[in-house]
Amino acid sequence: MKMLINVPETVVADALRGMAAAHPELTVDVENRVVVRRDAPMAGKVGLVSGGGSGHEPLHGGFVGPGMLSAACPGEVFTSPVPDQMLRAAAAVNSGAGVLFIVKNYTGDVLNFDMAAELAEDEGIEIAKVLVNDDVAVTDSLYTAGRRGTGATLFVEKIAGAAADEGQPLERVQSVARQVNENSRSFGVALSACTTPAKGSPTFDLPAGELELGIGIHGEPGRERRAMMTSGEIADFAVQAVLDDLPPRNPVLVLVNGMGATPLLELYGFNAEVQRVLTQRGVAVARTLVGNYVTSLDMAGASVTVCQVDEELLRLWDAPVSTPGLRWGM
Amino acid sequence: MLDADFFRRWMTATAASVHREADRLTALDSPIGDADHGSNLQRGFTAVTAALEKEETDTPGAVLVLAGRQLISTVGGASGPLYGTLLRRTGKALGDAAEVSEAEFAEALRAGVDAVMQLGGAAPGDKTMIDALVPAVAALGDGFGAAGTAAERGAEATTPLQARKGRASYLGERSIGHQDPGATSSALLIAALGEAGGK
Repeated sequence: MKMLINVPETVVADALRGMAAAHPELTVDVENRVVVRRDAPMAGKVGLVSGGGSGHEPLHGGFVGPGMLSAACPGEVFTSPVPDQMLRAAAAVNSGAGVLFIVKNYTGDVLNFDMAAELAEDEGIEIAKVLVNDDVAVTDSLYTAGRRGTGATLFVEKIAGAAADEGQPLERVQSVARQVNENSRSFGVALSACTTPAKGSPTFDLPAGELELGIGIHGEPGRERRAMMTSGEIADFAVQAVLDDLPPRNPVLVLVNGMGATPLLELYGFNAEVQRVLTQRGVAVARTLVGNYVTSLDMAGASVTVCQVDEELLRLWDAPVSTPGLRWGM
Repeated sequence: MLDADFFRRWMTATAASVHREADRLTALDSPIGDADHGSNLQRGFTAVTAALEKEETDTPGAVLVLAGRQLISTVGGASGPLYGTLLRRTGKALGDAAEVSEAEFAEALRAGVDAVMQLGGAAPGDKTMIDALVPAVAALGDGFGAAGTAAERGAEATTPLQARKGRASYLGERSIGHQDPGATSSALLIAALGEAGGK
């Protein structure tokens, strides 16, 4: 598989150097792998730190900036960052108002953030955590590592970021973040596997004419393989899986998210089908976002995330944001 | 008796073995994981051997605590905290003795494995590194060779299991039929004891 890289070992560092050059409004510490708002810490405001394996860009580094994250810690490709990075990020953004860790529910992320939280508290930094676990494809949470954190991470980071920017206290920012997670559900499909730089070939073999239903964002296969379906059939399946788990009573935010290698032309067409199914099911859509936001390297496919919102969450969603990956109102 | 030199040799032998088997570990991690187990452990044990060359460690406990800290700080993922905790807690259990008996080491390793089970929440049969480590600890009384064999058999026995922890668990029944990469690397760690003791 051809890749636009030098050598696999420096993929993450190279990307960070490029990010630093493109975004002078961010402090990108390439050696220690931390991306921080240049104006951090914000006096009197809660710091928001997230992180995870690389390969999901623009998540998380691309969501650092006013109205969203204060700092992000990129790990190796598909590998949780280490506690040292999170501790450094927490120290950089702590104004004394505390720091919220936004953690996607994967064994590695949870363990490393837990270790970092202990270290940070030893240094006198108040830490709160929120776990994102929105992926309904993991059905039997009792016998698995539990539901994965996927598309809802964007909703949590945006809405909690707006709350933090308004100067809301740590406890309140955490409860808003939890509310967003509890009201969000996702389902993803893959039309192709992805290729990690370390392996250099696709992570699994998906023949032409077949697709994977219920994938995560780490190139792992899904729960089920089927003969290729149309955009409309995929929307029927994915939206039903989401709504069966959480029948919304309120209007929803919709994220139609590309996995990395699916063109916007296809994503918009898929969104039309997703909106059709939502309308058929009587779900009111408040806002829709279409694009590549929580990706899986060069995987082709898409995920659908639905987040039920009240007026307050919608107000925080609409608040201005200015990051490399998400920008409006400022 | 086992001294600090023995434990340094153990870490060096593990590093060599992880380098040798990195491609196989990554290949095992592809169908049921995310295809990086080999490269992640390589990065970690490279850091371990570098730190052991740079920093002075004069007790068995100090060697393992330093090695564990390096893994936690460089590997990431679940493997970093889990392998890091295994070595750190084993090292802590060894205290500051200049030499330890094989029985004392077996007892300390049992404490390390218990700590891993507590941290990761995995039990035997969940298709994880525990499936190699628990039989290894049980066989350690019969020598390093027996422990190595038990660990390897334990790793092989993960093939028909359905994963209940870690990333492979998302696959449900589709995780059946693949040997667990974490159990496989754990068997390499235990097998390296024999190489360290053989010198």
